[in-house]
Amino acid sequence: MILNIMRSGEQVSYKVSTKEATLLQLLSEIKTTQDATLSFASGCRSSVCGSCAMRVNGKEVLACAYKPQSGDLVEPLRNVPVIRDLVVDMEKALSFNKVAQSWAVSAAKLPAITPEDASVNEVQSDCILCGACYSACPVYAVNPEFIGPFALTRNWRYVSDKREEDVAGKIAAVQSNGIWDCTLCGECVPVCPQGIAPKSDIDMLRNKSNVLGYMDPKYADFGGGLDFGAPVF
Amino acid sequence: MVDVLVIGSGGAGMVAALAAQEAGASVAVVSKTYPTRSQTCMAQGGINASIGEGDSVESHIADTLKSAQGLGDEAAIDKLCREGVEAVVWLDSIGVPFSRSAESKIAQRRLGGASTDRACYAQDYTGLKILHSLYDSCLKAEIEFHNEHFLMELIIDDRGDDRRVCGAVFKELKSGELKSFYAKTVIMATGGYSRVYDHYSTNATGSTGDGLAAALRAGAVVSDLEFVQFHPTGLKNASILISESARGAGGHLLNAHGDRFTDELQPRDALSRAIDEEIKKSGAVFLDIRHLGENFIDHELPQERKLAKLYENVDPVTDLIPIKPVAHYTMGGIAVDERAESTLDGLFAVGECANHNVHGANRLGGNSLLELIVFGKEAGSSAAKAAKEYAEVQVSEKTEAEVEQLLAAIKSYTNEVDFYQKRTELGALFYRNAGIKRSEKGLLTALEQVHGMQHQLPKMGALDGSKVYNTNLMEFVEFTNMLTLAEAMLAAMLERKESRGAHARVDFSERDDVLYNRHSAVLLHNRRVEIGFTQVRAKVQEV
Repeated sequence: MILNIMRSGEQVSYKVSTKEATLLQLLSEIKTTQDATLSFASGCRSSVCGSCAMRVNGKEVLACAYKPQSGDLVEPLRNVPVIRDLVVDMEKALSFNKVAQSWAVSAAKLPAITPEDASVNEVQSDCILCGACYSACPVYAVNPEFIGPFALTRNWRYVSDKREEDVAGKIAAVQSNGIWDCTLCGECVPVCPQGIAPKSDIDMLRNKSNVLGYMDPKYADFGGGLDFGAPVF
Repeated sequence: MVDVLVIGSGGAGMVAALAAQEAGASVAVVSKTYPTRSQTCMAQGGINASIGEGDSVESHIADTLKSAQGLGDEAAIDKLCREGVEAVVWLDSIGVPFSRSAESKIAQRRLGGASTDRACYAQDYTGLKILHSLYDSCLKAEIEFHNEHFLMELIIDDRGDDRRVCGAVFKELKSGELKSFYAKTVIMATGGYSRVYDHYSTNATGSTGDGLAAALRAGAVVSDLEFVQFHPTGLKNASILISESARGAGGHLLNAHGDRFTDELQPRDALSRAIDEEIKKSGAVFLDIRHLGENFIDHELPQERKLAKLYENVDPVTDLIPIKPVAHYTMGGIAVDERAESTLDGLFAVGECANHNVHGANRLGGNSLLELIVFGKEAGSSAAKAAKEYAEVQVSEKTEAEVEQLLAAIKSYTNEVDFYQKRTELGALFYRNAGIKRSEKGLLTALEQVHGMQHQLPKMGALDGSKVYNTNLMEFVEFTNMLTLAEAMLAAMLERKESRGAHARVDFSERDDVLYNRHSAVLLHNRRVEIGFTQVRAKVQEV
């Protein structure tokens, strides 16, 4: 089987032999038997550490969960600086978690949580911060300061949590460069290895924002304020 | 310069950092990976706390002591179990999305060796969700992280009689530069050393014992290294973990003839031996969870189904899962006292790299996540307190110069021998000779081979000469760390001439309380391994 790997802007082809292997196993085969300079990040091998996200034929995958076909083109994630080969610098992407205030502010006395309450953000809290959604997001082409899909999902994960005390603060944190900058194109949804749909979470955040009196600034720019008489498109 | 330097950003490191900061210290966390990529994310089963109806702290203590088989420190276990209840309440308050019972309580399940349903869980993502909640809490607390910095050496402030750990030298992967971080106290939270078993381990590729090896080189005592827990159910081909919760929920173990052959909820040491014997006898062992039903499997064990399909081409809903026991958790670690301080002044340790003597000869499932919370808080507050007692440390660039020299030496290594191949050999050798069952002959053979590899190091080396993000070089350094640990582990395995918990000697099959109701203790003296034994602490007597 042939694997084509994008290295510093050039495609390099490798012949690999392990059968029925994951992409990560094949990358390890190349590194340990053919070319020790090939660089990639890896960790758990079981899709929970988020280290090995990369793109195959233009689509984001976890190398440890993808079984390659001969001729596949393997590239690093987009929208993040490439450090070397398939290794990217996640620092700026991760900094948006802070912008989005994706953390808990809990009451002194915690409320009772039913299984139904817990199911509300069960999937969102499966996020492994692999960066696949961030790479797939087209908004970064026009706005590099966009808070982005994973940080917004993680914001919603706390906003939707019954224990959360500071919903208003969290909603305020994602108004600028946040939920309204998303085009709802949905590119982030199919690439998530954990089955999370950031687009839907952003939609929920928009609804919650509307309830709290925020509105889409794009509409606010046209005439200032809600006009219930005529829908604006 | 900060008050407290935390090395490692997994669960233990982040809890320690939060606790140190809360105690008023300035903190920096330096780690070879990103916080959410650590080993903690792989913990599936749960975190023990006696919050359930009918359960008690005493019962949790009794189960833990029993499993530790004479090597559990009663005072430490008392603290672990007593503070466990509060630890889970704290996790609830920082937003950990635990699964819930119909009564709106944190859901709990029974793991092996527990007398009741005690492990609080979040589906089979307990470690992942705790780790991410801790990460989010650290963002809120504005903890300073330095990611992708590889630990090379601890820095010692050496003033003759007064010798203190005061920082560490790291190699920043991105720039390739060496960076020294100075601090008044240092907390080691770098994880375990199961990757010595290479492909025969459930662990992430980074569990190479770098912190333990650095602590040993700096002169710290490391204890109970012979106790390596084999998880009964790793996937047969990939050694990927299938959680104990699969058995806790009623999963069966079947031999090649399709028959059950043992109690599936025994502690991990005994069960791993039973499975190992059965594989040798009938040829194969399978985990059977088909009778639990698709709905239950998808809801409670979503990872297991995905991983079994990916690595073994079987669907647990309709097929048997082929398994084998593999190295999973290292009970041994940097010897620490009740304040989590090591034998070196200024160096604290927590998590899998430390030995708080709560697991003894065999860890109970659900106690390691608990350990990193309870003792993470202890390490953080103790290190912060100790930092206050010290004036400025004496900054010396000597260690960084030594590391520079070492890296220059590695550059001159000849690359006649492939260290990746040796790493694979080391893993297979340890699984065979220093694994589930051990004998003097096998251990001596292993020691000879480890010594051989150490002598061959100058014939190995890194093929990649890049300064930027050189994982080849880092993996070589990790391999040298594993060889250091391998030698120390074998010394302890050879010296403990009895069978107890995870340490099973075929030539000394009985437990010997007269000679070995003690912790093994290893230190490096002039680069040579020295081994002795120390007493087990009993419970502090209440007056």
